[in-house]
Amino acid sequence: MRNPASDWPLLRQLRGQDPLARGAAVKSRRTASLPNRAAEADEVVKSICPYCAVGCAQNVYVKDGKVVQIEGDPDSPVSRGRLCPKGSATLQLTTGDAREHQVLYRRPHSSDWEPLDLDTAMEMVAEKVIAARRETWEWESEGKRVRRSLGIASLGGATLDNEENYLIKKLWTSLGVIQVENQARVCHSSTVVGLGTSFGRGGATTFPGDLQNSDCIVIEGSNVAEAHPVAFQWVMEAKARGATVIHVDPHFSRTSALADIFVPLRTGTDIAFLGGIINYVLEHDRWFRDYVVNYTNASTIIEEDFQDTEDLDGLFSGFDPVDGHYDYESWQYEGAPVAAASGNRDRYSEVHDSGHAMRESAHGETAGSGGQSVQGEPSRDESLKHPRCVFQILKRHYSRYSPAIVAQTCGVPEEVFLQVCEKICASSDRDHTTAFVYAVGWTQHTVGSQYIRAASILQLLLGNIGRPGGGIMAMRGHASIQGSSDIPTLYDLLPGYLPMPHAHEYEGLQGYVEADSAEKGFWGNMSSYMVSLLKAYWGEAATAENEYCFDYLPRLTGAHGTYDTVMAQLAGKCKGYFLMGQNPAVGSANNRMQRTAMSHLDWLVVRDFSLIESATWWKDGPEIETGEMRTEDIATEVFFFPAAAHIEKDGTFTNTQRLLQWHHKAQEPEGDARSDLWFTFHLGRLIREKLAGSGDEMDRPILDLVWDYPTSGALSEPSAEAVLREINGSGPEGALSSYEALKDDGSTSCGCWIYCGVFADGLNQSARRTPREQQNWTGSEWGWAWPANRRVLYNRASADPDGKPWSPRKALVWWDAEQDRWTGHDTPDFQAEKPPSYMPEKDAKGPDAITGTDPFIMQGDGRGWLYAPAGLADGPMPTHYEPQDSPFENSLYAQRANPARKTYPHPNNRYHPSGDEPGADVFPFVVTTYRLTEHFTAGGMTRWTPYLAELQPEFFCEVSPELAAERKLEHGGWATIATARGVIEARVLVTDRMSPLTIGTDPPRTVHQIGMPFHWGPNGYSKGDSANELSPMSLDPNAHIQEDKAFTADIQPGRRPQGPGRQRLVEEYQRRAGVAAGTGTKP
Amino acid sequence: MGFFTDTSICIGCKACEVACKEWNEVPEDGLNFTGMSFDNTQGLSADTWRHVAFIEQRKPVGQSQANMQRGFATVVDLGIGPPAAPTVPMRPSLPASADPPQAAGEGSLDGDFRWLMSSDVCKHCTDAACLDVCPTGALFRTEFGTVVVQEDVCNGCGYCVPACPYGVIAKREDDGRVFKCTLCYDRLGEGMEPACAKACPTNSIQFGELEELRERAGGRVDQLQQAGVLDARLYGHDPSDGVGGDGAFFLLLDEPEVYGLPPDPVARTRDLPRMWRHAAVAAGCLAAAVGASLVGRR
Repeated sequence: MRNPASDWPLLRQLRGQDPLARGAAVKSRRTASLPNRAAEADEVVKSICPYCAVGCAQNVYVKDGKVVQIEGDPDSPVSRGRLCPKGSATLQLTTGDAREHQVLYRRPHSSDWEPLDLDTAMEMVAEKVIAARRETWEWESEGKRVRRSLGIASLGGATLDNEENYLIKKLWTSLGVIQVENQARVCHSSTVVGLGTSFGRGGATTFPGDLQNSDCIVIEGSNVAEAHPVAFQWVMEAKARGATVIHVDPHFSRTSALADIFVPLRTGTDIAFLGGIINYVLEHDRWFRDYVVNYTNASTIIEEDFQDTEDLDGLFSGFDPVDGHYDYESWQYEGAPVAAASGNRDRYSEVHDSGHAMRESAHGETAGSGGQSVQGEPSRDESLKHPRCVFQILKRHYSRYSPAIVAQTCGVPEEVFLQVCEKICASSDRDHTTAFVYAVGWTQHTVGSQYIRAASILQLLLGNIGRPGGGIMAMRGHASIQGSSDIPTLYDLLPGYLPMPHAHEYEGLQGYVEADSAEKGFWGNMSSYMVSLLKAYWGEAATAENEYCFDYLPRLTGAHGTYDTVMAQLAGKCKGYFLMGQNPAVGSANNRMQRTAMSHLDWLVVRDFSLIESATWWKDGPEIETGEMRTEDIATEVFFFPAAAHIEKDGTFTNTQRLLQWHHKAQEPEGDARSDLWFTFHLGRLIREKLAGSGDEMDRPILDLVWDYPTSGALSEPSAEAVLREINGSGPEGALSSYEALKDDGSTSCGCWIYCGVFADGLNQSARRTPREQQNWTGSEWGWAWPANRRVLYNRASADPDGKPWSPRKALVWWDAEQDRWTGHDTPDFQAEKPPSYMPEKDAKGPDAITGTDPFIMQGDGRGWLYAPAGLADGPMPTHYEPQDSPFENSLYAQRANPARKTYPHPNNRYHPSGDEPGADVFPFVVTTYRLTEHFTAGGMTRWTPYLAELQPEFFCEVSPELAAERKLEHGGWATIATARGVIEARVLVTDRMSPLTIGTDPPRTVHQIGMPFHWGPNGYSKGDSANELSPMSLDPNAHIQEDKAFTADIQPGRRPQGPGRQRLVEEYQRRAGVAAGTGTKP
Repeated sequence: MGFFTDTSICIGCKACEVACKEWNEVPEDGLNFTGMSFDNTQGLSADTWRHVAFIEQRKPVGQSQANMQRGFATVVDLGIGPPAAPTVPMRPSLPASADPPQAAGEGSLDGDFRWLMSSDVCKHCTDAACLDVCPTGALFRTEFGTVVVQEDVCNGCGYCVPACPYGVIAKREDDGRVFKCTLCYDRLGEGMEPACAKACPTNSIQFGELEELRERAGGRVDQLQQAGVLDARLYGHDPSDGVGGDGAFFLLLDEPEVYGLPPDPVARTRDLPRMWRHAAVAAGCLAAAVGASLVGRR
């Protein structure tokens, strides 16, 4: 105890320690004992940031059961303790006062919310599910058994834990509900198709930390410094080591600011740009011969009747102009028919007359982890001279993608383009590697899957896949969007990229497996994966006799994606809707369609932190403002359930590098807030209780379902660990350690075969946190990555065919002849004991059929696919097409847009005239949308967070000084931006970061691009119009992802009309442009 | 202890601003769309202790950066293929009517552009005028060499506000007292680094012993200069400058004024001892003169 008198500052000063009284002498007692809430915390709970998919580790400091501080965890090899502004604001997000903690209920036609008791609300929702399901139940559709209900849909999951996604999919599947979707559909579904068909798995081939080993990093279709700031540290690390960073993007962003070279290009033309590089590589012999010949399908010979876009002016052979679909028959390997996930079944189903429906569904996504079946041995010409070998076809296909064409199409000057080509080529050989980084700038197009295919082809030609510093890094956006694809809350998939069965496509389990599994490669064991999943779902009830309850699975009859659900809601078929942490009234294309569709619902359940736009459209949405809807006319019942945050629950997120990281619960949720695990489990429990004793056959799957998870605590929270154990799988001896142990005899159960091993040795491997200093850069003892904890996929390709690294500088895994096994810095993505010299027996099946030199073990032929003989709905090779709405004709072919794209003609979803069509000049500018560092996706986690809202407080658009001058736009003022879908207003930033581009030759035309972040909506602390009021529902045919990265618009100075005038302005634009029902819908 | 902020690797993410506010419980201070590039914070204040400036400039992009193997940022003839057609410049020349918002620096119209970002903070001056003028002892020099306001002592007199040569310290209007960066005084005592430096995704903000930081910064400037980034320079690192050297110094890629920093800050109070000495001498002389006159009269 200090003596207050002697502690008097004047005395301290006079005593001479600090005679001028500027230091210790004036230090107050409070200052001397300042509290430090981190140091004084009772415990530090290990967690993972809930925003993007980088997966930064967080230390959560807890005092007296309450979270008091959240910071980065320096031990993490992913983030090294760093957090971006969003991650840094997690404390305010989770403990701030913007969160709701009370269940709210809106009666039909009511003008406001009323509070509702949580238990009552749960009971009511359970009753509604049961009733809607009964009312809309279908045993058959068009004479085929479907066993389902289209009356209910669920949307959201990418922000949730894997365990939550697992229960959501399990519950809805058992109830026959197939319209289960999440953010992955609108963000990265085309990634799964693009990467999956090229390499055999739909996940990023590498991890951000490995970018530090790159010699050249091409960031295209991604604004990684803004959307994934903490991952960008690895780009900076590479730069510090001498790498060149190239950013190709329509707008100059914070990523461009740190790049060595910025290449502005017209949005929607990346295939022309990448095709140009492919052409350069082939023309100038810059491809990696030993890699291409041994590891790709370059030498494979294609059937004689294949015709290229060169022959058909922008179409491939097999196109049916009436229904707008391709028949893939002519794209096949000669002598070895290829049944990609969809191919074989398509043939089967064509026989059974449902081929159309099959192709309608987004089946390409089943390539997410294997699926290409090659039957027999394809003909090859390793000299690559045969005119029908893939290499020669590829060369012909890209021959017209010249630098001049790139300049005319993309607006990139030839010399800049050539520099990019040269830099990439010079950084891609035995000693050097180039990495590509992309995100939704590539995925969200009507040719999105093919954008990623184009990068895949280029990286294979350059020998950059499976090697350190190489690869294709798909930057995913939500904390667990990779997980919600792997354990899919997606309509067309079952866990582990097993396809959802189609109606009558196969008679039973055996037919399903035969139609889908591959003869060769790891997909050959698909029956084990499927039977084990059915055992995880239906346990004891699943027996060999009843085909493990395969019949319990509801059946698809076409596309049931989120945009199809919108149409089903408008048609009154879909009556109930669950929004699980997703905000389609801002985040999905054409917000007006989303809201209008929701107004047709009988009931809506929204689970979120705050009252997002998708929860309140009935009282304050734009249609209420314009008078098109009246609150009292809207009969939809709305339930709002406050959700628990990541710090209030246990579970795993799967980040952008396929890494599962466990986050521990740090505090109990307040009030009515509950985890989605709690909500889904107890909803299922209530439904099961209410249906108990039902003799109705339609209720068997829900009653037989394994739904006995242990609960604990005052809230009866189900055990996430128990769910993860079920996902991992078990056999007679307990938890399984590898999917190679799965059996198809009913002796094993496994909720997601690619996650088998996350509980290896009975331990939760996802919770491992060995500090980064204690391991190499792959961080293999931090968390657990699928598959089998491999960090760089296809890393067998980092060694030459003999098993030796291509160069010492780029060594990753290699064959150790002394120990007779593969070894190295990473876990080999290859059977560890299969020597490079291994050649399969003639009739070998499954993994045994893959040779010792085939690095792409999920592919039926073990090769990387330069040419995809099956698996894609719009062509075996990427081809440049203009976006749905474009001011230009296609500079390469007569075919303007992707002929197989999916359109949704509707009065609220009109398309623009394009190219030379009359009226196209009414919408003369090109719009692209993007993210900002300070906000997150549709804004639900940032616009309500004051520390973030103040950093970017208003919605704005970015225009060049030239466009500003042309349209008299004032910097800092307002602009009105219009399309045939909607009009919005935005503050104007006139900036050199947007630049006009010169397109075409005859004569060259200047095109202006307008950039817009898409985070805003009318609710929250920071408010604004939503950019997605403007975008059309127009989809990639493979993945059914929308094109909101490139469309046309008009811009005018000043604010938009308020009230009824707003919609009148849209109609006026439609009239002026001559927009009609058929506009833009021709294939 | 202090900060070295290397702006050549700043990505303008503002994690520093948020991490600072979270740790120090600094209030959110309003939604103000400024139109100043991406800077809606505007400057340091009582409620903003870290501020990221954004400067849009017509200068080649590559020069903002630190690449050891550069030579790519400007177009060179690679000798590939036929000579290029008349080129389309990456940034066409501007129409006279346009009014670019942030055209700091000399505007070259032939193409290139760069976007500078820099996180500003209290400089924790060696000769700290704020501390010198503080009449209450609220401002003090900590055992870490940093300058901190003691909230329980400050009486809101505001003398420090005009004294600061950087305009950093400011009054919180509804509170009356002054607030500024403490360099996370409460964290340093626990061996924790300041919140901003910890969060910084690219390590643009580095925390450590000043001597070591100065050495590192010097090396970094040399490296950048050798790589052709001739604009690279240090700011506030020199102990012989007008404030005796900053405890938070910077690597800049342009003149300090471009970033809103004073080119030659001086702590006017550092002349006080000399002034007092002169005054004392004058007083002594005066006393002597008076004494002498008394003696003389006798």
